[in-house]
Amino acid sequence: MSLNTKSITELRKLLVNREITPLEIINDLEQAITANDRKINAYISYDFDQARKAAASADLSLPLGGIPIGIKDNINTIGQPCTCASQILADSYTSPYDATVITKLKAAGAIPLGRMNMDEFAMGSTTANSSIKITNNPHDLSRSPGGSSGGSAAAVAAHTAIATLGSDTGGSIRQPASHCGIIGLKPSYGRVSRYGLVAFASSLDQIGPCSKTVKDAALILNAICGHDEMDATSLRAETPDFTANLTNGIKGLKLGLPKEYFSDQIDPNITKTLNVAIDILKNAGAEIVNISLPHTQYAVATYYIIAPAEASSNLSRFDGIRYGNRAKQNSNLINLYKDSRSQGFGSEVKRRIILGTYALSSGYDHKYYEKAQKVRTLIRNDFTTAFQTVDAILTPVAPTTAPKHGLNTDNPLKEYLADTCTIAANLAGIPAISVPVGKDESNLPIGIQILAPHLGEDIMLQTAHTLEQNL
Amino acid sequence: MSKDHIDVNYVAELARLSLSHEESETFQKQIEEILVYVEKLNELDTSNIQPTANPSPILDPIREDIIKDSIPRESFLNIAPETINNQLKVPKVIE
Repeated sequence: MSLNTKSITELRKLLVNREITPLEIINDLEQAITANDRKINAYISYDFDQARKAAASADLSLPLGGIPIGIKDNINTIGQPCTCASQILADSYTSPYDATVITKLKAAGAIPLGRMNMDEFAMGSTTANSSIKITNNPHDLSRSPGGSSGGSAAAVAAHTAIATLGSDTGGSIRQPASHCGIIGLKPSYGRVSRYGLVAFASSLDQIGPCSKTVKDAALILNAICGHDEMDATSLRAETPDFTANLTNGIKGLKLGLPKEYFSDQIDPNITKTLNVAIDILKNAGAEIVNISLPHTQYAVATYYIIAPAEASSNLSRFDGIRYGNRAKQNSNLINLYKDSRSQGFGSEVKRRIILGTYALSSGYDHKYYEKAQKVRTLIRNDFTTAFQTVDAILTPVAPTTAPKHGLNTDNPLKEYLADTCTIAANLAGIPAISVPVGKDESNLPIGIQILAPHLGEDIMLQTAHTLEQNL
Repeated sequence: MSKDHIDVNYVAELARLSLSHEESETFQKQIEEILVYVEKLNELDTSNIQPTANPSPILDPIREDIIKDSIPRESFLNIAPETINNQLKVPKVIE
């Protein structure tokens, strides 16, 4: 029946009507993964026996009852590996606990199945920084799926997963979703607990879904949201039913087009496709308003100080002492730290640790980290001002469609600049979603980004759903 | 912000990383380029701007201190690289 090609919503209907069992979904996924994942390489590992055990006792009365969900390999799931696509954790680490999002998914009846490939420690935008394997874009195997949640997005697009969790620090859910032609959602900062997510940049990281439909993303968000005392940044905000207003339409909504995002840096094919999508939203009753987010051009520089600085601190926990791989034959403690870290981390991780350590080092912390935090305030204020006149903002997700493998391997700065459309949402802490709206001449997917005010996921999802239904 | 201060080998030492000769040459060049790029932040006058450390207001991070069961000690000993007598083993720290 190819249950692997169906959405959560479709599968839930079949499950509730007792037309299928969770085991049949797992079987179809196993078949699809066995047949296709050797081409895509979206999975680092999977354990069908564990998933079958969970499927046998799945409670179908729960909102995600019987639905298998792929998990980015930086989210701890008890009894499973969690490599972060790094040699420092590969083959030696099994999670001793569940991340809060996993506890919540399980409580909603979902079955964690499979560990999705990623850039090492989520640092990158191609998934080529994985130390384990290179993931290929299902739409063109010679191209990157984007990143860092490239495995999470590619598997959903290739129908080797029903839906997945990713993490987004500067666009790591939305950009691969756009490159793979699926939905990718980054929630508001504080919506979703990060307890059990291996921390990259703590003032930016959020966990969110990759899915086939907007409604599926809303269903997963329903399950993973909510206050958690294990994450001090987790908000006590009320968690609404994010599926409730999806079909309310967008009549009278004001949608802003920031001129800074529609620059000549964006591939004209993308602009053309986005304009079609914008017309659809207009015809559905939205008012389109031109706006300005004047500090947009400073977002990449701000991000590439703040994210490496926080990463250099977070990754100091990988020292070869308590978990992960330890370098052999060390006579003293300092050499043990240095050798374990130097052998365990890949180039991009080392580069960012050095950059971040420098930005936080004595004499430079005010010059770099504090300066970036101040510019972050200006970027955040831009959005606050904009949301006084508009309900949501529309932008491209990326300046190009999926790049060929190996394009900017030797030029990290060039790769960083490709994050220009997505990082401001993390700096401002606001929710954002990528919705596929078309394809370019090479048949590569193009996404549109919808941004909403902090805790404004309902408006964002309503807009995304309206667009999806009218394409 | 000026590029001439970074010595990647010195900073790597602070971060407890040892770099190969090739790595240090490549990183030196690449990180200098990045530092030149981020100098554009100095175009902005931020003298009266408060820094943002957390993008959403923390409402109430304090909770009751209630004693609860934690993850069993064995779970962590099982994933440690080296243990001895149910404790983590490290090289000699004091001679």
